[in-house]
Amino acid sequence: MPSGAVAEKKTKSSVPFDYNKYLRPNKLPHIWCPGCGHGIVLKSLLRAIDKSGLAKDQICMVSGIGCSSRTPGYVDFNTMHTLHGRALSFATGVKLAKPGLKIIVTTGDGDALAIGGNHFIHTCRRNIDMTILVYSNAIYGMTGGQFSPTTPPGAMSTTSRYGNMEPIFDCCELAKAAGATFVARGTAYHTQELERTILEAIKHKGTSVVEVLDQCPTYYGRHNKFKSATQMMEVIEKEGTVSVSQADKLPPEKLKGKLLRGILYRTERTEYCEEYRKLMEKAQQTK
Amino acid sequence: MAEKRSKKLVQGNEACSEGALYAGCRFYAGYPITPSTEVAEILSARLPNVGGKFIQMEDEIASISAVIGASLAGLKSLTATSGPGFSLKQEGIGYACMAEVPCVIVNVMRGGPSTGYPTGPSQSDVMQAKWGTHGDHPVIAVTPAYVQEIFSETVRAFNLAERYRTPVLILYDEIVGHMREPVTFPLPGELEVIDRVKPTCPLEEYLPYDTEYEIAPLAAFGEGYRFHVTGLNHRADGFPTNDSKLIEKGIKRLTGKIENHREDIWKNEEYLLDDADIVVFAFGSTARSARYSVRKARENGLKAGLLRPLTLWPFPEKAVRDAVVRAKAVIVPEMNLGQIVHEVERCACGVKVEGIFRVDGEPINPRQILDVIEKYR
Ligand SMILES: Cc1ncc(C[n+]2csc(CCOP(=O)(O)OP(=O)(O)O)c2C)c(N)n1
Ligand code: SF4
Repeated sequence: MPSGAVAEKKTKSSVPFDYNKYLRPNKLPHIWCPGCGHGIVLKSLLRAIDKSGLAKDQICMVSGIGCSSRTPGYVDFNTMHTLHGRALSFATGVKLAKPGLKIIVTTGDGDALAIGGNHFIHTCRRNIDMTILVYSNAIYGMTGGQFSPTTPPGAMSTTSRYGNMEPIFDCCELAKAAGATFVARGTAYHTQELERTILEAIKHKGTSVVEVLDQCPTYYGRHNKFKSATQMMEVIEKEGTVSVSQADKLPPEKLKGKLLRGILYRTERTEYCEEYRKLMEKAQQTK
Repeated sequence: MAEKRSKKLVQGNEACSEGALYAGCRFYAGYPITPSTEVAEILSARLPNVGGKFIQMEDEIASISAVIGASLAGLKSLTATSGPGFSLKQEGIGYACMAEVPCVIVNVMRGGPSTGYPTGPSQSDVMQAKWGTHGDHPVIAVTPAYVQEIFSETVRAFNLAERYRTPVLILYDEIVGHMREPVTFPLPGELEVIDRVKPTCPLEEYLPYDTEYEIAPLAAFGEGYRFHVTGLNHRADGFPTNDSKLIEKGIKRLTGKIENHREDIWKNEEYLLDDADIVVFAFGSTARSARYSVRKARENGLKAGLLRPLTLWPFPEKAVRDAVVRAKAVIVPEMNLGQIVHEVERCACGVKVEGIFRVDGEPINPRQILDVIEKYR
């Protein structure tokens, strides 16, 4: 987006979506490489935010460190770029201090699941109201392509020269087991679907986690012999996934090795700040 | 009838909690660790009463991070810890320095390294307090020695944090942390309470690091000023920069904003120092022993005096220089293997400096100090 003017035609309407409404055009161009998935995810996110009707002042976007974590710098909300792995803890402080703010966390698979893994599970457990977007590109992009907790076994990276020997974390299973009340998966390939999924996540009260499969052509792509970013999107994001709505209709052999897309889990449980409000009432009565 | 001050027998950690509330602290995040845990326990009960927020996080890194987030959302925020937890908080403390976020961090010092001696006192984190986080950065650390003083120094720590937009450390040791002494609680308004300056400019003109100011006003998230915060080197508008001139200017401004106001930040107690030719430099609970030794030495006909810093960082260079003018020797007792003694040496203008060190988990007693004073008879 080098010019700072970003526009895209919507499929159903002829009015192009005005991304500039939410961007800080003078902070562009962004740092992302050509073909990187992070910018595509951001576009779906901004369209979802627009549909949510939230005012810019109401939103606080928080990130850790990594390529994906540079997102808050480009958007016109209350924004915070924090420490590697700690985005959710900073966000928890903001949310508890000002429960009226809608918190959106943009974080990488390394940021959220490796160095920040402990904060990830405890944030889900508390069910504090925030939407966590995990940009899952199966690699540490910012530091030059080392393997991450979502790098598939056998995959090459700058620190797995003989093929990755470690098993992965399934971000969605982890979030659900830890107590998140909304868990979904999308991809940078399915942009309209991703927009709808993120919108549902934003509307959800409690901890909502959306794992977004996206691509790092610069490191993951090159080290694993992909020809282009589009080939990565087709192989990993399109062919590597199945929508939950279709999964029921498919025979088990067609689902083998594929990840499910869409809203995977949704439930209701008292949200943390709401619970804290009740605690304050109790404390003040027994003063 | 005028409201009467209440007087209670309380523990150091309780005085700290009450001091924080007096200063307007409305957010606490922490992780339990001896000997600081009582601060969390007390505030978990007290904060909800006054509409404040308490959260027990999953570790100390999360705690300091939540504290910074809450401060940026506008609340005066506190965390308390000890030894291992203080090590874990270092990266976050550096972030608060860099992003200029006011907050207060209590470290009730216990024996180290590692898990060390959890229930024993120590003063071995004083250099970590200064240099624990990476990079050049400003540090303010206060070192109360009495329970009453923990209350007032906690209030002062919040005031300094708010005034200078910086993290402020409160360092005291297990002895004063767990000691019970009578504390007179000041009435509201009796002690000065400073709040951060907030911007009043038009929304679109706000610069969170405006170089027109030495310390720029700080907006809170969610109040209309949509600003950006990062731990990267940044420009006046808060966005990252690679411009070497701006980087240097930024770092120098960061340290300068504390250095230039040392006179305001420094605070010392001078006891029998006017004509002293043997100066004892001591802080925290060690200074209590030192005070007694100095009095005894005077009874024995020695001209001893005590210089006790309540602000340890920035280091009280001027007070040391002034105190050594007539001195034959400076004695520095500390519960470590010699940390602050080197700072004193640096400022002692060649006067003989002798340390008294102790790392066995026992306090330095007055006899030990008196014996060394006697050597300079
Ligand atoms: C404490 C700490 N350790 C390591 C780093 C170096 N580091 C920066 S970003 C990063 C990994 C980023 O990967 P990910 O979160 O997956 O995001 P991506 O860049 O792929 O979007 C690492 C290891 C750091 N900044 N801080
Ligand atoms: S290194 Fe990878 S993750 Fe980072 S911007 Fe480039 S393509 Fe994206």
